[in-house]
Amino acid sequence: MEWRWEFAWEILPRMLWATGNTLLAAGVGYTIAVVLGLVLMLGQRTPYRLINMPVRELVEFVRSTPLLVQLFFVFFVAPQFGIKLSAWTAGMLTIGLHFGTYLSEVYRGALEGVPKSQWEACRALNFTTGYTYRRVILPQAFPIALPGMGNYLVGIFKDTPLLATIGVAELMHTANALGAETYRYLEPYTMVGFIFLIISLPTAMGLRRLEAAVARAQGNTRH
Amino acid sequence: MDTTHPQVLPEGSPLVRFSGVTKCYGPLTVLDKLDLDIAQNEMVSIIGPSGSGKTTVLRVLMTLEKINDGVIYVDGEPLTHMPKAGGLTFSTERYLHERRSKIGMVFQQFNLFPHMTALQNCVEAPMQVLGLSREDAEERALNLLELVGMGEKKDQHPTRLSGGQQQRVAIARALAMRPKVMLLDEVTSALDPEVIGEVLNVIRSLNSEHNLTMIMVTHQMGFAREISDRVCFFYEGKIAEQGSPEQLFGDPQNERTKQFLHAVLDAS
Ligand SMILES: Nc1ncnc2c1ncn2[C@@H]1O[C@H](COP(=O)(O)OP(=O)(O)O)[C@@H](O)[C@H]1O
Ligand SMILES: [Mg+2]
Repeated sequence: MEWRWEFAWEILPRMLWATGNTLLAAGVGYTIAVVLGLVLMLGQRTPYRLINMPVRELVEFVRSTPLLVQLFFVFFVAPQFGIKLSAWTAGMLTIGLHFGTYLSEVYRGALEGVPKSQWEACRALNFTTGYTYRRVILPQAFPIALPGMGNYLVGIFKDTPLLATIGVAELMHTANALGAETYRYLEPYTMVGFIFLIISLPTAMGLRRLEAAVARAQGNTRH
Repeated sequence: MDTTHPQVLPEGSPLVRFSGVTKCYGPLTVLDKLDLDIAQNEMVSIIGPSGSGKTTVLRVLMTLEKINDGVIYVDGEPLTHMPKAGGLTFSTERYLHERRSKIGMVFQQFNLFPHMTALQNCVEAPMQVLGLSREDAEERALNLLELVGMGEKKDQHPTRLSGGQQQRVAIARALAMRPKVMLLDEVTSALDPEVIGEVLNVIRSLNSEHNLTMIMVTHQMGFAREISDRVCFFYEGKIAEQGSPEQLFGDPQNERTKQFLHAVLDAS
């Protein structure tokens, strides 16, 4: 089997349309994960055992099972218990939850990375807890969280092909469909790989630059 | 409920009073029924061996730690406790928030906010806690940065400043809240020897020109002797001996004090 440019050219519009869906899935999944991660982190940090214990268990559980199994569970098993979700909804919620647990750990590490003495300085200046978080703790935790947050953005993007297994019409799903229709697999899958590459690489580079810029803006580095 | 401590102290009482204060960490008693009065405008130094509870005295007064027993009064009012039904009960966070600004603290490791300039470090609390306008807070902060000799560095972040400079900014930051009493915990211990002098000079001027009430934990015996009105020697969570600097350094009575002074003076 040899590469056929005219075929690649012919399927390009469908591939690009699917790329849009992949980006949408990654974006929506990441947004859910970023917010849910925050909720999970706060849940783990509350002093109330009735809340923090179950949240910790949930995070542990989700982190120790594969995303694909979770996807299948939510999409194929949950309906048997009366919870029927569309492929998109199931996919976005599952990715959001899965990566939310990872992000909650990123946030936790970032908060713990701010020295306890910063809290004490705030208390000695009689700041309220809310103000302490807003003006002192979060601005210092953010640069610490940024690399981890960036990695999981790229991570979610690269895991979106799993959504093909439950029928979300993203890149991988479209490539599968094209292969089944035309019996040509070389061009669709090569294009999938290439599209992932040309999106991932610049994104990762952009994130590194952002990290450096944030560190500079914080005055944490000498220049 | 505590019935042995009054709800308010009578007129003319000291600015700060520790009354039977006990602080434990688990089984370890760090402050043992401590009684200590600090008068308005008094400069009190606390000396003593490592682990004797010196830092803890400042931390419980700054309300960074809760005490287990006794009461701390500031300005005649209970601080660790609040009045309730004829007696006293432990303070709520809200009650503390209304009173904590009377106390300012400077830490051994400065604890400046690294993402803010020297000026911002000094402006935040007066604006947020005291409700000053930005102009007023900046004017106040600039005056204080001038006072500690850091006016020209006002726009620098802490990472660009030497330890001595950071500590001077930290002093200005605490002063910006106009506390009634300043707590200094070994403020020169983390500094290189050549910059200790500049920080001591600032403290000296606060004491002589501004008459600030200060409680200073220090290992600088010469400095304590020079500027203190009173020196307290701590041993195992208690004041083993206290008196004027001449008395305590010149003619110590307690065996522990003598041993301690021998040890530190030999070492230096
Ligand atoms: N957070 C804490 N938990 C347990 N023990 C502590 C804590 N803080 C201080 N201590 C103990 O309390 C004692 C007094 O500490 P500290 O007041 O810091 O002494 P000093 O400042 O005189 O060296 C020490 O034995 C110390 O180990
Ligand atoms: Mg100490």
